[in-house]
Amino acid sequence: MIPLSVRFEPRERLSRWINIWVPAAAVLLALVVAGFVLLASGNNPITTYRQIVEAAFTQPGAFTQTLVSTTPLLFTGLAAAIAFRMRVWNIGAEGQLYAGSIAAAGVGLYLQHLPAPVVVIAMMASGAIAGSLWAAIPGALRAYFNTNEILTSLFLNYIADFLMYYLIFDSTSFWRDLTSASARVFPQGKYLPASGNWPALTLSSVVVPLGLVIAVVLAGLLWGTIRGTRYGFEMRVMGDAPRAAKHAGMNIRRKIVSIMLLSGAVAGLGGASQVGDFRHVLDPRGLEQAQFGYTGIVVAALARYNPISAIVAALGIGVLTNAGLALQGPNFPIGLTGTMEGILLFCVLGSEIFARYHIRIHRTVPVAALHTEATPGSDAPGAELAAVGGREQAS
Amino acid sequence: MTGVNDNLAISIIVSAILYGTPLLFAGLGELFAERSGILNLGVEGMMLMGAVTAFWVSQKMDGPSWLVLLVAVVAGAAAGVVMSLIHAFVTITLRANQIVSGLTLTIFAGVVGLSSYLGVVANLGAQAGRHRFSDLNVFGLQNTPVLGPILFHESPLVYVSWLFVILSLLYLYRTRPGLYLRAVGESPQAADAMGVNVTRYRYVHTLLGGALAGVGGAMFTLQIATNWINGLTAGAGWIAIALVIFAFWRPELLMLGAYLFGASLGLGYDLQARGITAIPTEFWSALPFLLTIVALVLASVGSVRRRLGAPAALGVPYAREEG
Repeated sequence: MIPLSVRFEPRERLSRWINIWVPAAAVLLALVVAGFVLLASGNNPITTYRQIVEAAFTQPGAFTQTLVSTTPLLFTGLAAAIAFRMRVWNIGAEGQLYAGSIAAAGVGLYLQHLPAPVVVIAMMASGAIAGSLWAAIPGALRAYFNTNEILTSLFLNYIADFLMYYLIFDSTSFWRDLTSASARVFPQGKYLPASGNWPALTLSSVVVPLGLVIAVVLAGLLWGTIRGTRYGFEMRVMGDAPRAAKHAGMNIRRKIVSIMLLSGAVAGLGGASQVGDFRHVLDPRGLEQAQFGYTGIVVAALARYNPISAIVAALGIGVLTNAGLALQGPNFPIGLTGTMEGILLFCVLGSEIFARYHIRIHRTVPVAALHTEATPGSDAPGAELAAVGGREQAS
Repeated sequence: MTGVNDNLAISIIVSAILYGTPLLFAGLGELFAERSGILNLGVEGMMLMGAVTAFWVSQKMDGPSWLVLLVAVVAGAAAGVVMSLIHAFVTITLRANQIVSGLTLTIFAGVVGLSSYLGVVANLGAQAGRHRFSDLNVFGLQNTPVLGPILFHESPLVYVSWLFVILSLLYLYRTRPGLYLRAVGESPQAADAMGVNVTRYRYVHTLLGGALAGVGGAMFTLQIATNWINGLTAGAGWIAIALVIFAFWRPELLMLGAYLFGASLGLGYDLQARGITAIPTEFWSALPFLLTIVALVLASVGSVRRRLGAPAALGVPYAREEG
């Protein structure tokens, strides 16, 4: 064994630069690691990275497609970010998005003869409400029974998924198309008429979906809420110092439920946007394969739960997702997207310690002496040497 | 197999054990990790990696079937270990948030991640399985009424899982390392003061958790499905995590819970196989998840939880100099 020990010393103050170069180095490291995965599967990483950039930005219509991938990820990313910021672990954005899609598609179909603006607004409202209600279940269970919301919100994803499948594939529900020729062979949902198709902005050749505009505005509003309101202040206290929040007499139960309702509404709105902006139908298979809810967790964690940073993170993951769809095939199977997201997130997560601590590597003092003198938590010099390498030798 | 043993009740118990065993393996693994204070939400990802790796090995390797299957299970366990090592390094050494790291592991290794990628690269989706665990006929008693099919006609993996439950009980409650493990999970400071290497205990048991999740995954491709379908564990890893909670971190209750949920997984298949289709398949698919939510709520009702709660240091990184 090399007589070295690694020691973490908390940084006395966080400099601005540390917060930029550590994540930047982590992203670079992730590109290198992912490069090795690409190499191992017989691809030239440089070529693949160039293809990703081309498919995301430079090819005709590419950026429009990138925004299509970014939009749902910003919704689910925001949903996860605001909940995670408060240590309410809502893993249910996936199911809340499904619930929003079901509601928005149903309302869009039911109200199809009303004027388009009414239909669009009704779809948004119903999507947000459905997402909210779906999130209220784990929220209330956590608040009033202290039931682990990670698991309940996650299981509700599966249940919402089966509900969607039931509506389209296994019943003669209102959502299912029972008339057209193709629907007799392959079950599919009813398509919304033009009144339920959300308008989009066109800036030169780039199409900006209405959903994206709403999501960006939401990001700004949520950021402002967290930074500038009493509600946001309490939210931050509960996230950073739950015990202090309790002693200060905050109503923690009500906060947990309200944050889940808000988080679910954002995810549900994302589901409505899937129907209104892009699919125009309740599409169980497409939504299930897209895994927007789970990928939103990646977005939120990369953004460190900051709604404004989530815009950048959603765009970054949108680029990757879009590449996955555009390059799909033997050289870039769909599994590579999640693999690269995982590598990226592990690198960023793992790097945070370098922003918080100085890492010092020392030669260790003779171990036997250290072991007898060291008292955990004391200020004795031996205790400072507590670290991975040193401890392993000590026992 | 006709007569007394051919009825719905016995077939439900048999399928409860079959579908419950992967939950039992993965749940035992998570139990050890959590007992050491490390919450690993990457079980679903580790199971899928175990499943795809074991299937790959079983398809590539030539030799007597028992040897191929043995090597394949070990390979599945090794894949789980590698996955859990990432989580262990990021959360124990680099002290990152355990919840986020575990979720990352599931995304990294899961249905749109590495396991799916390996399945495509090795073209496993198109292959029919070459090897499958066959049920043993222990002491030639498989046709004994009632008990035969349940106790004496099971997969070798089922017998291994029973052995593991016994060993886990002995380890946790009758050995010194087991005592230290519980101490590490309850109070790492106190364990450290006793001279227990907290970091090492956490690494070892997180990796053990990965190995068992890998074995649970391997059971899907070598016994239950006998081919590779992307994402074939379909949430079993998450149910295993929930099982640990309502088994109150105790192996014997975990076994009971695993079979109860195995029954709810198998019930839908059994009824459909018998032509009972009045209730849609989606309901049967959703049932285990519904039941899990109900069970979680029951397990978390105040008084019960206070008496038989989680390891006190679960999810908290241990940094010695911070005391």
